[in-house]
Order: sequence, then structure tokens, then C-alpha cells
Amino acid sequence: MSEKKSFTEKIMATQIWKSIFRHDFKDTPANRGKMIRSNVFLHLHPLRIPKHAMKIRFTWCMGGITFFLFLVECITGILLMFYYHPVVEYAYMDMKYLQFDVPFGQILRNIHRWGAHLMVMTVMLHMLRVFLTGSYKPPREFNWVIGVLLLTLTLLMSFTGYLLPWDQLAYWAITVGTNMGAATPFIGVEGPFSLVDKFSDVRFVLLGGTTVGANALLRFYVAHVIAIPAVVFVGCAIHFWRIRKDGGISRPL
Amino acid sequence: MAEEKTEAVEEKAAKKAAQAKKKERNPYVWPELPFKELMSAILVMALLIVWALWLDAPLGEIATPSRTENPAKAPWYFIGLQEILVYFDPWYSGVVMPSIIMVGLMAIPYLDTNPKGVGEYNFKSRKFIMINFLIGYFMWMFAIVVGQFMRGPSWLFFWPWEPWDDSGHHAEVVLKNIDNNISLIALGIYFALGFILPKLFKMKWAKNLDFMRYSIVVTLLLLMYMVPVKVVLRQIFHVRYLITTPWFNI
Ligand code: HEM
Repeated sequence: MSEKKSFTEKIMATQIWKSIFRHDFKDTPANRGKMIRSNVFLHLHPLRIPKHAMKIRFTWCMGGITFFLFLVECITGILLMFYYHPVVEYAYMDMKYLQFDVPFGQILRNIHRWGAHLMVMTVMLHMLRVFLTGSYKPPREFNWVIGVLLLTLTLLMSFTGYLLPWDQLAYWAITVGTNMGAATPFIGVEGPFSLVDKFSDVRFVLLGGTTVGANALLRFYVAHVIAIPAVVFVGCAIHFWRIRKDGGISRPL
Repeated sequence: MAEEKTEAVEEKAAKKAAQAKKKERNPYVWPELPFKELMSAILVMALLIVWALWLDAPLGEIATPSRTENPAKAPWYFIGLQEILVYFDPWYSGVVMPSIIMVGLMAIPYLDTNPKGVGEYNFKSRKFIMINFLIGYFMWMFAIVVGQFMRGPSWLFFWPWEPWDDSGHHAEVVLKNIDNNISLIALGIYFALGFILPKLFKMKWAKNLDFMRYSIVVTLLLLMYMVPVKVVLRQIFHVRYLITTPWFNI
């Protein structure tokens, strides 16, 4: 019986298609497994998980949304990098340039800014969910620790980004923030039991100077666009890997 | 004899049933979970785009080191710490306290030995830690809201609907320090009671902790509740410092 093949069927029979997609898409139990197993990203999931763990009611999808927002920030951040110079002479002008000249520049900046705020909120909510479901209890203790580190890094990522527009808000917020560094006991110049002078204390390390200036801008830029995100990315990899190694998402005993 | 036999048989059957139940396999994640994740991503992206179309990211005047901003506010997620700056010196509110909070958070799984309530929203069997964690979480949010919406120039208090002009309703209060000896005694009593009372009243959570964990939990909680205590001392009794030394003040 020679039936005429549809266009789609013809495409799906080509060597190119078959080299990319390893199975057909009929809704069979075997294919449900393969959908996950044959895709490197989907394969972050186990093939099967308990029913309750898929409920939005249980996870609020908050960890997933936090990771999604991290990706949104990476993409919009890379686009912003095409227009931004981390030097005092240009930084502020580049904001104006984005606002008035770059096509979709303002909305790009807006998404990056509000996305960062949203990510801080969702990571706080994710921590609350994990706490409320007791998901930090053995054997998941260490994944909670990694989570707290990710929370800290998320805050630092947001904080370092805050300086980059080089406006009054940024300048003075970072001044207030880094002055706290100078108040560190022992290793801050104004802190209790200070052992250092103002050219060798915590604030100096943060700013590359004693006040917020060109060096601080460069330091915050490098930390913001590469150093901290790289650590967050690796941290997320460990976090996700450990969820599975710790026996999958938490469930009632 | 016969009875024993039936019992053994019953036991076996029960075991088998339990095993069968265990073996009952979980559902596939495809398509349910990736679908929900995709939907969440689309919703979040839509929300973000609407937000970005509606509100522009703030941009002030160009940074001018010679012109201070007043108030100079930290970004909202750090404003809680800035708010605590009213009550404690920078070395504590800006450095030591946040460090204790982070380490304290990391320590939670090692301090909470109660095995109950994993993978479910179970308040009843975890009352003590639930209440304290939620109080701490709420204080964090509360400090953020006050700092973000109710502080004006010179970090003076304004209701959100009040204009930021200081036409006299902020009467200058004279702050005083408490004598070191009195404070030390008071703090001693505060900590002593904190350590003794839970044991005295045989509270369940206290009974289940070994000495080491008990000491750490009590210390962390007493430090946490020092913050509202200091707020009350400052706002109602106009106390600046409990302890003054040549090196630091608390
Ligand atoms: C960048 C920040 C973070 C990302 C992207 C992230 C991502 C995720 C994701 C996708 C999950 C799977 C389940 C879910 O969505 O709820 C998860 C689970 C988990 N997260 Fe996070 N997380 C972050 C921060 C945190 C923080 C701050 C904590 C705690 C302090 C934490 C502790 C945990 C724990 C213990 C689990 C296992 C939950 C369970 O088994 O029920 N994570 N995380």
C-alpha cells in the first residue's frame, strides 16, 4: 500500500531531521521518557517525579522562575553591554543614549532593571517556600547552604549593577553601602579594633580607592557582568545537580 | 500454632502490599512539568514587558561627588540594613549582623533536628521554628517597607502621604546612654532567662536539642530579638547606647 506522504512526513524522514531529533512524537509512554532524555536541557528533570512535586501549589515554581529571570538578565545584560562603557566619561551618557537613540534601548534597560528586582523577590520567596515545606532537612542540608550562597550572590549581583548608570542615586547608594565596609571590625579603617589604614581596608578593596570613582566603576562592572554571574551559574549547576543526588524534590515521608 | 501461622501470613501480605505501593511508579514529567514551566516563563516575561512599558528605570542626575544626595537610599533589598543603622552602629548593622544572619540561615538545617514536615506544608509539627522564622522574615520585610517608604531627608520618619518638608513635627529628641553596669546586668538577665526558661518550662523544642545546638539556637534567637528590643528602647525610651566602650558602642 503506497500512501502519499505529507510534506511534514517527508521532512521528518530526511537524514538531517533524524540526526537532530531521535524519535517521533507519538504520545506513548516510551516517548514521554525519550522527550526528556533526548534533550540536554529537559534532562535536568528526572524522567518521573511524584505527582505533588509538579503542582504549582507545592513549589510555586519559584526556583524555576528565579533561574528563568537569571537567564533573562544574562540576555538583556549582554545586549546592554554593546552600548555601555564602564568609564566615568561615558557611563551616564550611555544611559541617555539608550533612552533616546538606541532602538528599544529604554525598554531593554527597563526589562533588565525590573527583572533584577523581580529576581531578588523570587529568590526570597523561593527560600520561604523551601523553608515552609521543610525541604532543607536531611539529606538536603547542604543544598540549602548553597541556596543561601546563591541568595547572597543574587543580592551582590543586583548591588554591583546599581552603580553602573553613574547617576546621583547610584553614586550615593554605593557610597553608603561601601562605607559599611570601612566599619568592618579589624579590617575596616573606621571599624572597632581597626588594624589597617584607609589604603588597605575592606572599602579600599571594594572600590579600588577611598571613595567611589573610576576604579570603583570598573571593579563593579567586572564583578557585575562576569565574576558574580559566573559563580552564580556554577552555583546553580551544583544546586540543580544536588536536588537530584539528594533524592529528588522533597516529599512527605 | 495456627494463629501464629496466620499472623505470619498476614504480615507477609502486608509487607507485599507496602512494597507494591512503593513500586507504584511516579508519573512521567513530560508533558506536565515542562508545560507548566513554559507557562510560568511566558507569564513572567509578559509581566516583565508590561512593567517595562509602564515604568522607566530610574535615572537621576549625573553623579557629582561634591553634591550629596539626601536621603541617600540603598537599593530596596539592602534598605532593611540601612534602617537598622538607626539603632545600631555601622560595624554591627552593616557588617556583623548581616554576617550572623547569613551564617545563621545556613545553620538552620543543622540546628533543626525535628524530622517532621518534610515535603509538605505542615505547621503543626514544626510550630517553634515556623513561628520564629516567620517573625524574622517579617521583620526583614518590615524594615524594608519602613526604610523604602517612610524615610525622608536625614532619614527622618514620614508617612508615605506626608510631604518631605521638615516643618517642625520632628521634635529634636535628646538621646541618652544607659550606664554600662545597668545594661550589663539587664543583658545578663536577658540571656540567662533566654537560656533557662525554655528548659524550665520543658518546652518540646528545647528538650529535643543537645547542649551545643540548644546554645546556638538560643543565642541566635536572642540576638535576633535584640533588634526589636533596641527599637523599643530607642523609640520609646530614647536610648542611644546600652554599652559604651572606647572601641565600640552597642
Ligand atoms: C539563584 C537562586 C536560586 C535558584 C535559581 C534556585 C533554583 C531552584 C530550583 C529550580 C529548584 C527546584 C524546585 C523549585 O523550583 O522549587 C530548587 C530547589 C531547592 N532550592 Fe533553590 N534556587 C535558588 C536559591 C535558593 C535559596 C536562596 C535557597 C535556600 C536558602 C534554596 C534552597 C533550595 C532547596 C533546599 C531546594 C530543594 C527543594 C526540595 O527538595 O523541595 N535555593 N532551587
